[in-house]
Amino acid sequence: MSTAPVIVDVRGIHKSFGAHPVLRGIDLQVRAGEVTVVIGPSGSGKSTLLRAINHLEKPNRGSVSIDGELIGYRRRGDKLYELKEREILRRRTRIGFVFQNFHLFPHLTVVENIVEAPISALRRPSGEARERAHALLARVGLSDKADAYPRQLSGGQQQRVAIARALALDPQVLLFDEPTSALDPELVGEVLDVIKDVARAGTTMIVVTHEIGFAREVADTVVFMDDGVVVEQGPPGDVLDHPRHERTKAFLSKVL
Amino acid sequence: MTSAAPASPAGTPPGPPTAPPGAAPPAKDAAPRSGTEDLTEPKVVPARHYGRWAVGAAVLVLVAQFTHGLVTNPAWEWEVFFRYLLADSVLRAVWVTLQLTAYGTLIGFALGLVVALMRLSKSPLLAGVAWAYVWAFRSIPLIVQLLFWFNLAYLYEELGVGIPFGPVVWSFGTMHLVGAMSAAVIGLALHQAAYAAEILRGGFLAVDPGQLEAAAALGIPRLRQLRRIVLPQAMRSILPNAANEIVSLFKGTSIVSVMAIGELFYQVQVIYGRNGRVVPLLMVATVWYIVLTTLLSIVQYYVERHFARGADRAPAPTPVQRARAFVRTLTSRRPLAPLPEKR
Repeated sequence: MSTAPVIVDVRGIHKSFGAHPVLRGIDLQVRAGEVTVVIGPSGSGKSTLLRAINHLEKPNRGSVSIDGELIGYRRRGDKLYELKEREILRRRTRIGFVFQNFHLFPHLTVVENIVEAPISALRRPSGEARERAHALLARVGLSDKADAYPRQLSGGQQQRVAIARALALDPQVLLFDEPTSALDPELVGEVLDVIKDVARAGTTMIVVTHEIGFAREVADTVVFMDDGVVVEQGPPGDVLDHPRHERTKAFLSKVL
Repeated sequence: MTSAAPASPAGTPPGPPTAPPGAAPPAKDAAPRSGTEDLTEPKVVPARHYGRWAVGAAVLVLVAQFTHGLVTNPAWEWEVFFRYLLADSVLRAVWVTLQLTAYGTLIGFALGLVVALMRLSKSPLLAGVAWAYVWAFRSIPLIVQLLFWFNLAYLYEELGVGIPFGPVVWSFGTMHLVGAMSAAVIGLALHQAAYAAEILRGGFLAVDPGQLEAAAALGIPRLRQLRRIVLPQAMRSILPNAANEIVSLFKGTSIVSVMAIGELFYQVQVIYGRNGRVVPLLMVATVWYIVLTTLLSIVQYYVERHFARGADRAPAPTPVQRARAFVRTLTSRRPLAPLPEKR
């Protein structure tokens, strides 16, 4: 195993919606530069876990820290103090998030979408942010779409813009919530290629996906979740080809 | 099934429809007579809407009759109308009406924004107060409210600033502060704020929650999220309703005539009270209300267009652009190009 420092440290996360428990004690460590792929059946809590990591969902119990800093709380002595929204927002700039449905801002052009957060949250100068946006667009292969509006793009192109938008904050970790599930089948490849490219550049990332082939190719660690718990995790060769648990076997036999 | 084969004699069991006797097989009939005719581009004969044309003609006759009556009936007294349409006293009254509308709209929507944000806030106290505000000011008829403000001095002779329930530091007489005009502005604005709050709240709720989530995930500061992400998208559903409100406020200013403020409707009442020419003076007011509402509608069109950017793949041309395109095709002597399709 790698000896790189742990960047994402999830400890004992519990989350219920009403009486319905969605996460029932999740522990997860991701080291710098690693790609962790989370798989599992619908309703297993994968997306909720991802959303809890950047505090879009407030966990009922447990903690998340990024690079040693708690998300959503401040520790003083043995007490956790809830942070105000302003501070939560500031810490979130270290975590990139790519949504299943892209959620680009439809009234802003592609470039405006990308520079919005660097300018308003990180207070970067506008010229610098734009320069960086154009470099990122070149990286995701959309240099010619800088001034287009999101609705003028295909789903795959929109998702690539969303990835560029997340990268523009230079996050310490990038979270992908089923980034290809809303795409037409022929557009999935172009988005996965961009994600692979970002992974190879050494970005730490957690990817929730149903693309088992992608997991096999890119993941350092595959995590299988079911019913709100981590059933097993390990290198893709182990989890995907020699699963130890019945539930993992049953799931893989359905999706492979 | 039987209805599909009306030609089959009654009483026979339903079966496959048979062609009526004498009818040629359709295939033969459809075959081209001459071998040279190009079947790929047959001549199109437009459908003839005889009923539509007849109704159209009837409506035209009615409109012509009405117009004829407007011009020839001496009771309209058009010379009186034209004498007063641009009279100084009327223009001053139009200006007062515009001022009342502008103040009512600006203060009303500013206060409405505060009320809407309170209503949407996570604090149950603020949300409750905002709800009560809207409830109260939507319940009280505007005219009743205006009379209350007009009689404020009767209720409170003095207003003061000081420590709540404690000594008053600075006070002033209500009579001097709240004249008729400011009473009218306060009344219109408070009334407008209740409606504006609901329109703004509706607009905010219409924005996809995913947009706020994306903005939050990017760490964009709260106020900036509102101003840069939510408001521009909410504007699309706010604008038509807001324009409605401004138009109805504009005409609603005629209510303040009960407070003897020299706005348009009050002024024409004063004039026809003096000279007895009721109809032409009501037409003066009508025409001014129509003209100004029309101007507002044009402004509305362009503002809505501005906020629609990104919503369409190709925005439809404005009427002015369409007119220009039309003139171009005329002057360039080319056959009429079809106007860009409206989306």
